Amino acid sequence: MALSQVNAPIYEALRKFRKMRIVPFDVPGHKRGRGNMELTEFLGEDCMNVDVNSMKPLDNLCHPVSVIKDAEELAAQAFGAANAFFMVGGTTSAVQSMIMYACKGGDKIIMPRNVHRSAINALILCDAVPVYVNPDVNKELGIALGMSVTQVEQAIKENPDAKAILVNNPTYYGICSDLKKITELAHAHGMLVLADEAHGTHFYFGENFPVSAMAAGADLASASMHKSGGSLTQSSFLLMSERINSDYMRQIVNLTQTTSASYLLLSSLDISRKRLALSGREIFAETVEMAEYARAEINSIGGYYAYSKELVNGDSVYDFDVSKLSVYTLPIGLAGIEVYDLLRDEYDIQIEFGDIGNILAYISVGDRKRDIERLISALSEIKRRFGKSGTGMLTHEYINPIVSESPRRAFYAEKRSLPLDEAVGHVCSEFVMCYPPGIPILAPGELITHEIIEYIKYAKEKGCSMTDTEDINIERLNIIV
Amino acid sequence: MELWFTERHTPNVKFSIKVDRQIYSGHSEFQRIDVFDSKEFGRFLTLDGYMMLTEKDEFIYHEMITHVPMSVHPNPKNILVIGAGDGGVVRELTRYPQVESIDLVEIDELVVEVSKKYLPTTACRFDDPRVHIFYEDGVKFIRRCENKYDVIIVDSTDPFGPGEGLFTKEFYGSCFKALHEDGIMVNQHESPFYDEDAAAMQRSHKRIVESFPISKVYQAHIPTYPSGHWLFGFASKKYHPKDDYNGTKWSMLGINTRYYNPRLHAGAFALPNYVEELLKDVE
Repeated sequence: MALSQVNAPIYEALRKFRKMRIVPFDVPGHKRGRGNMELTEFLGEDCMNVDVNSMKPLDNLCHPVSVIKDAEELAAQAFGAANAFFMVGGTTSAVQSMIMYACKGGDKIIMPRNVHRSAINALILCDAVPVYVNPDVNKELGIALGMSVTQVEQAIKENPDAKAILVNNPTYYGICSDLKKITELAHAHGMLVLADEAHGTHFYFGENFPVSAMAAGADLASASMHKSGGSLTQSSFLLMSERINSDYMRQIVNLTQTTSASYLLLSSLDISRKRLALSGREIFAETVEMAEYARAEINSIGGYYAYSKELVNGDSVYDFDVSKLSVYTLPIGLAGIEVYDLLRDEYDIQIEFGDIGNILAYISVGDRKRDIERLISALSEIKRRFGKSGTGMLTHEYINPIVSESPRRAFYAEKRSLPLDEAVGHVCSEFVMCYPPGIPILAPGELITHEIIEYIKYAKEKGCSMTDTEDINIERLNIIV
Repeated sequence: MELWFTERHTPNVKFSIKVDRQIYSGHSEFQRIDVFDSKEFGRFLTLDGYMMLTEKDEFIYHEMITHVPMSVHPNPKNILVIGAGDGGVVRELTRYPQVESIDLVEIDELVVEVSKKYLPTTACRFDDPRVHIFYEDGVKFIRRCENKYDVIIVDSTDPFGPGEGLFTKEFYGSCFKALHEDGIMVNQHESPFYDEDAAAMQRSHKRIVESFPISKVYQAHIPTYPSGHWLFGFASKKYHPKDDYNGTKWSMLGINTRYYNPRLHAGAFALPNYVEELLKDVE
């Protein structure tokens, strides 16, 4: 019988497997949870029961021939891709596989600088060289936007030997570049288009969203099913167009992917794909309705600015994802990160992230109207209780980097540690970022400027959670000798 | 035939009432609503299986949540009631001639409709011209109010389900903002007895203490609520519930009550030691 979107082959195989009551003399050693009762009590017997290893009835992610292959075909169909892979190392592993597929040592790749760290990590792994297109910046909001088409065109002209272009679709804040145009340009110059769709899974299933990478004709896309798609944390999809050799891609993926893929993650991808394929349209209509409602209410509080499609400018903000609830907070005299902390500490509300000027609340179908009301009321209360004059707040969020060395060479170079202030003028050999959002302030190979050091200090002072330097207190930086 | 209504008070304790017959059962957008008749407690209303009121003991709850703030405030004119779709609080409020306006905010219209039809004991004053009903989430309604009310009565269900938002700091803060500079907020404050209820009680007390300069707790004995020992929160911007209380003045109003009286008012604020300690822990 032909499979369709109502099927979930991995999920179905696991259910069947459970009934077979196979005696386990294989890994995992907890043996359906019996060997670790405290964990079983915590996670539940049903969960431990399907934490099993690859075997004939359940297929093998490294070399899928049966149920995983079927599930991947259904996923490809659902996303409008030629092929799709189930990923268990997060969207990070999908992004890295895209880049390692497109680039070998020394190859150039065009990308905006406001990429996720996973993209730059991939450059360290495969020694590709980034050609950064500085994203446009909205000066008022202090956020990096998309890439303008003319700037991409310029980069292509100056680097005709580049192998690929990486595009955020959308950015964390919900901003999209003109992916279709960029794809046409890239293809005309023989370059691949890789889309980081960590925040864009819903584009494939909802209505009136920005165009998805596969629909725009891009070659590869990394879709974080675990963000808007509802699967378990760390599970993701890698999507391929017909231009991509999926068998070679599998070899690339297997370079770094575990050989013990978790069936909890795999089944969660399978079930979530089925759910979105069958009822994604209604699910995301509901999500958007909640986000739009919250946006209108937050804007009526005054001071806050919950932005949306009015930012669209036909180029660097070609489209906006209205399911995102991004709010600019500086007019109430508080940095985004301060509002983020107050929401959690004072009101028991955890949002996705706060940066210098903005907060982002992640809205999904799992939200309830009454929780949205709480969020709005808490923001209203924060303004009443903690709001002050909005003057004197640092706004800029994005600093154009000066790249002096390839990420790989900088990362592996002879280095030495210097206090922040003394590091100015040297080339950095490590990352500095706030997490979330995980977009580097400094990446290996970039020149450390006075402006960047001031920014790091300000972000620290406001309470941003800074990560990735060898010095855990971020008081010193590693520089290339 | 034996038909029993049972509510789980803790995972290990159940409370049951023998039911004569079920009068109504329905589902709204928010919850399941049931009305039963019983020999012992008369008619009673449950939401999602939790006891809201019985004809036999509702007077205790409604008198205590209403007359305590109404007798402390020297001149309460504009009143806001949140929850209370059964009409019990409104019934008590309409007995005060100086009250000019009663805004009732109930999230679930069906609760009011069912109460009007099946619970005439409590839902008997909705037609008073001073009463205005708003079917809205209380958290949302109060957010838009500023310096508007003398007394706010929060007659919530439990801190889970549709009433959850009425136990939050953002809600109490919004109430503070919605009150006049001498306003009073009283809320259903859960029970101190069973562990889980006590924890919820402490959580909400902490949030109120952080939101109001004066925050006291008083008690009543309500047989059909878990443990029967029930608390109310008295939060105020200016008036102290005992020091600023004039029992004689209230008595002069001639309001007939079955539970509340000026001596009880003073006594209700005297709490058992273990309750004092629970409260002190979070103050």
